[in-house]
Amino acid sequence: MKKQLNVSAIKQGTVIDHIPTTALFKVISILKLDECKDMVTFGNNLDSNVMEGKAIIKVENRFFKDKEINKIALVAPHAKLNTIKDYEVVEKYVVEIPDEIQDIARCFNPKCITNNENIDTHFEVISKSPVALKCHYCEKITHQDQMDIK
Amino acid sequence: MNAQNLISITDFSKEEYMRIMELAADFEANPDQRLLDGKVVATLFFEPSTRTRLSFETAINRLGGEIIGFTDSSSSSVTKGESLHDTIKMVSNYADLIVMRHPLEGSARYASEVSDVPVINAGDGANQHPTQTLLDMYSIVKTQETLDNINLFMVGDLKYGRTVHSLLMAMSHFDNPIFNFIAPPELTMPNEYKMYLQSKGLRYFEHTEFTDIISEADIIYMTRVQKERFPDPVDYEKVKNVYILRNKMLKHTKDNLRILHPLPRVNEIHTDVDSNPKAYYFEQARNGVYTRMAIIAHLLNLK
Repeated sequence: MKKQLNVSAIKQGTVIDHIPTTALFKVISILKLDECKDMVTFGNNLDSNVMEGKAIIKVENRFFKDKEINKIALVAPHAKLNTIKDYEVVEKYVVEIPDEIQDIARCFNPKCITNNENIDTHFEVISKSPVALKCHYCEKITHQDQMDIK
Repeated sequence: MNAQNLISITDFSKEEYMRIMELAADFEANPDQRLLDGKVVATLFFEPSTRTRLSFETAINRLGGEIIGFTDSSSSSVTKGESLHDTIKMVSNYADLIVMRHPLEGSARYASEVSDVPVINAGDGANQHPTQTLLDMYSIVKTQETLDNINLFMVGDLKYGRTVHSLLMAMSHFDNPIFNFIAPPELTMPNEYKMYLQSKGLRYFEHTEFTDIISEADIIYMTRVQKERFPDPVDYEKVKNVYILRNKMLKHTKDNLRILHPLPRVNEIHTDVDSNPKAYYFEQARNGVYTRMAIIAHLLNLK
């Protein structure tokens, strides 16, 4: 029996799989897919073997750079990227939160210099699951539920 | 060149703490050492802090240095909208060292990345005030002759008080410290510091009552409960008079006990304690000058 795809296949581009259902629209916003001129299809609350419901995004003709992938990792730490060429998966990549994060998230501390002067943020990742970021400047810890992506 | 800065108490190793203690003792014994002769130090106080500024400026004067700077941001170009980046870039062209106080947290670390000359953090908001910690340590080593095996009682605002957090971090490098925390439930030591002590296998005890448990103390570190830390003034009123040290409470304490306080005090140490030989907070402030001389000499490789 042929398995029906919930989100149609793409010829070339990127499939971002295993996005938490609550993070779908954040991922779209982070990657600025709302401004993308190529075909973007997505599905939410799909069945998953490894998580309780998931979201998936398929983007035609887009291949993401490391920094963009890091941004995804902060809200979708278990996301998987599949690079598609000619309807085939040619590369798989599991996003990984790096040990240091620069200029992606905001510091939650309103009195931090990074929220008051035009400078890049810089964090040390002190926990990857759940994510906790220690600000290089004010030394305060931003927890996952306080996280705001730039 | 990577200038050496003092931004956070964790920037220094145990060896550097000890080096500062030695240098401070040397400056106390011989205060007239004109090591900064011909050098310019900028004291940039983006918010007023008279006590800290006078202590730094005394240290710089005693070392023979010249001082430029401002005492609050209303008398600087910040009022014209200049960024911290630009202020620091400009001043680092003029001075050999920058001493900076700023209300925003992380401002000193950022300044040290922008500056071509060393930066000393003289307080960045509620974050760090490392020279206060080093003068606290110097006061401990002077009165106890060691930084090992100290039974340290911290009293008052342990939640927001940056001085107690930094002192805890610094003292954890030494042998067998015992920490006793006395605070109202609203102002207890944050979990991250307790977890830090646990991870190092160090002992701490928490109390809500300020009673004869202090009989075992080597150092009592009193702190002010600051009104501005409370969003609701009613909460402040509830706790402001709870932890007051009075002279009669010191009757059964150890002979070597000394009472420290970062000052200014409001009412948390009754004035009847002042004449007790165990009161050490004014000497502690004087130690600040020698400690800051030591920090400047160390960062600029003058000794």
